[in-house]
Amino acid sequence: MSPLSTLTPLTVKKPSPARSRLRGGARYAPTLATVGLFIAMFAVGAGMYPSFLSGQVFLNLFIDNTFLIVLAVGMTFVILTGGIDLSVGAVVALSMMVSATLLQQGWNAGAVIVLVLLIGGGLGLLMGLIIQYFDIQPFIVTLAGMFLARGLCYVISLDSIPVTEGFFTGMAQAQIPLPGDLFVSPGVLLALGIVAAAFFVLHHTRFGRTVYAIGGNEHSAMLMGLPVKATKVLVYALSGLCSAIAGILFSFYSLSGYSLAAQGMELDAIAAVVIGGTLLTGGTGYVLGSVVGVLVLGIVQTFIAYDGTLSSWWTKIVIGGLLLVFILLQRLFARKAG
Amino acid sequence: MNEIVPVVEMTDIAIGFPGVKALDGVDFRLFQGEVHALMGENGAGKSTLIKALTGVYTIDSGTVTVLGEPKRFSTPGESQAAGISTVYQEVNLCPNLTVEENVLLGREPRRRGSIDWKGVRSRTREVLAELQLDHIDPGSLLSTHSIAVQQLIAIARSVEINAKVLILDEPTSSLDADEVSQLFRVIRDLRDRGVAILFVSHFLEQVYEISDRMTVLRNGKLVGEYLTRDLSRMSLISKMIGKDLEALAELDQAPARTRASNGAGLTPFVEARGLGRKGSVSNVDLSIYPGEVVGLAGLLGAGRTEIARLFFGADKADEGTIKVKGTGQKIRSPRAAIDKRIGFCSEDRKEEGLIGDLTLRDNLVLAMQASKGWARRIPRRVQDELVAEYIEALDIRPANPDALIRNLSGGNQQKVLLARWLVTHPELLILDEPTRGIDIGAKTQIQKLVNKLAADGMSILFISSELEEVLRVSDRVAVIKDRAMVAEINNDGVSVEDVMTVIAGGAQ
Repeated sequence: MSPLSTLTPLTVKKPSPARSRLRGGARYAPTLATVGLFIAMFAVGAGMYPSFLSGQVFLNLFIDNTFLIVLAVGMTFVILTGGIDLSVGAVVALSMMVSATLLQQGWNAGAVIVLVLLIGGGLGLLMGLIIQYFDIQPFIVTLAGMFLARGLCYVISLDSIPVTEGFFTGMAQAQIPLPGDLFVSPGVLLALGIVAAAFFVLHHTRFGRTVYAIGGNEHSAMLMGLPVKATKVLVYALSGLCSAIAGILFSFYSLSGYSLAAQGMELDAIAAVVIGGTLLTGGTGYVLGSVVGVLVLGIVQTFIAYDGTLSSWWTKIVIGGLLLVFILLQRLFARKAG
Repeated sequence: MNEIVPVVEMTDIAIGFPGVKALDGVDFRLFQGEVHALMGENGAGKSTLIKALTGVYTIDSGTVTVLGEPKRFSTPGESQAAGISTVYQEVNLCPNLTVEENVLLGREPRRRGSIDWKGVRSRTREVLAELQLDHIDPGSLLSTHSIAVQQLIAIARSVEINAKVLILDEPTSSLDADEVSQLFRVIRDLRDRGVAILFVSHFLEQVYEISDRMTVLRNGKLVGEYLTRDLSRMSLISKMIGKDLEALAELDQAPARTRASNGAGLTPFVEARGLGRKGSVSNVDLSIYPGEVVGLAGLLGAGRTEIARLFFGADKADEGTIKVKGTGQKIRSPRAAIDKRIGFCSEDRKEEGLIGDLTLRDNLVLAMQASKGWARRIPRRVQDELVAEYIEALDIRPANPDALIRNLSGGNQQKVLLARWLVTHPELLILDEPTRGIDIGAKTQIQKLVNKLAADGMSILFISSELEEVLRVSDRVAVIKDRAMVAEINNDGVSVEDVMTVIAGGAQ
């Protein structure tokens, strides 16, 4: 018998169940921290303002941020691959301008929505193709896309255009009643539907797993024979499509189109994704985390509104602080894992 | 034996890059159920051949057939689809995903469009069990495992794909002895099940332990295909470096230098004890006395440059001690080494040493200016004197201080690099391949200079892939093999053949 066959298996210590549970937990830790933060903020709010503790205040967080949720979903895909999409805010504004203008000229609402989705998805697809086939950093390509979309807004009109079309105003006013005297808007259902679809795609399809693999190690993913190129292009197309949907949801919400709308919204979306536990380097994160990230941003705004004495710019300062804390936390987790 | 069709047959393969023929008319055959070692020094074309087979590079000419079918690979995916799977040295898996996902990425079992995670788990368990790796938890993150285990998981992936060919590119370079034997158990197991295995390693002993046949490449050309048991270590080495033993012995007759008196009783300028770095080299015990030339002998890739980098602090040693003039523990950075008067002429003069777009004068003054600090500029008059002095001493041509370095010949560039260190008056000078790619005249000049510097009291660590050159200039020779120092020989009439015997012999 060769001496090798007598070798006992080496090197791998079988992790005890408790340890592997801990390891699994570490993967969710940044997202769980965000959930904890959200609950704590809600509790503090309830302590300070009695009316804070109501189901409707909670639901309003969704109603007021449908568009941001959808943006964050698209952004999560992009950031999971290790990329970034700076164009989303401008594409929201462009979508609003296009729909407001065309509706004013008497276009049918359905046709307008289809066109807007095609524009957003097409723009994203184009940026993805440029990023992939010319091998240019996503930062610079989507920055160019941002200027292009914002510029087109100004070309369409410098003034705010009101939306008076029936379907849009109907959607703006519609309330879907829930038990206990509560309600949500149809937009919330649409946004949550998109979140559920994104969750399924990311965790239960090969496309989704390829997104994670690219973020983990793009070169390895390529060597494993995964469709890296197509996936990367698709991810930007998806983000563009989400931006267009967000633009339509924002139109339902604001019933107007304005060139200066959604300024800096791309940064809110990135902040929500990062606060929700997705690593900017890619490969780690959850779309549900991004939703919680949006809710955290929303509750900060609600706080400032309840206080009434603080300037709304405090929202930005608090979000900036939170972002910093979360990035530092992620770094700590990453060090522990490494 | 009856005629067996090779699993992979590559015929007359050529691949060129601008200015280089990486592969030139190479034939290669790989059979079912064998472990085949691809041998050659660095730059012989091993990686290029592998990349041609895995679809990372596209071949310029030649044919590749897999199981008798002609193939033309232009992406790794195509090569994999043909049943060829590769495990690289830097494991190419995704650290952020679990073991089971890495084993099945892109091939996950699905049910109605949705990944069947239960199926993923059970399929992974099956594959791991086949390889007797059932102690690995399929649900654990890849990054929680050691490199050795990650490599085994990469192999599990290729088993899952049902690969007919498994390429292992330097799989053992960062593994310890136990991990290597576990890997070899898995390799033998796969071979016995009929997988064709291509094994690339710098470690001679491992190659002899695991391989059945080998193909030797040199300078992008095929040297030959041999049965491992028929090829002695000696003849393998001479095939790899391209000189037969008689010729080597003849060259050795060149007059040796007059030895500096061995510094017995003196303190060594530098003394390393058990110096090493995980994944790089280990077990270096080496003292260099003032006025002594110590040569490092070993095959390319044996770990010579790595040792030089440890002495210079370019890589941080994580085991052992290094004392300079009897004090100190470690050299932490090149900066610290320079402060201790250690100079390092690197192997790659274009990339690491000289700045091609500056003039001869600028390059010469650079090292000296750096050691004085940038605030105190060296006056032009002093610069001119210095430059003139070294141009004369080293016979640098053209003798024009304002010539651009990139326009100088290789030999003269090497002299400038040497001069650049000499102006700082180092006490230990590390010369890594100082004569590579330069003409014979410049070569002799540099060898003479090394002699003279040592006679003036400088310590020199001399690295060259030409054994005869090492023996000609060195007082003592440290033999490096498989990334460790295996012997130290006093150079009193040692022949090239003696050193090669040490390299070819088992670990000592």
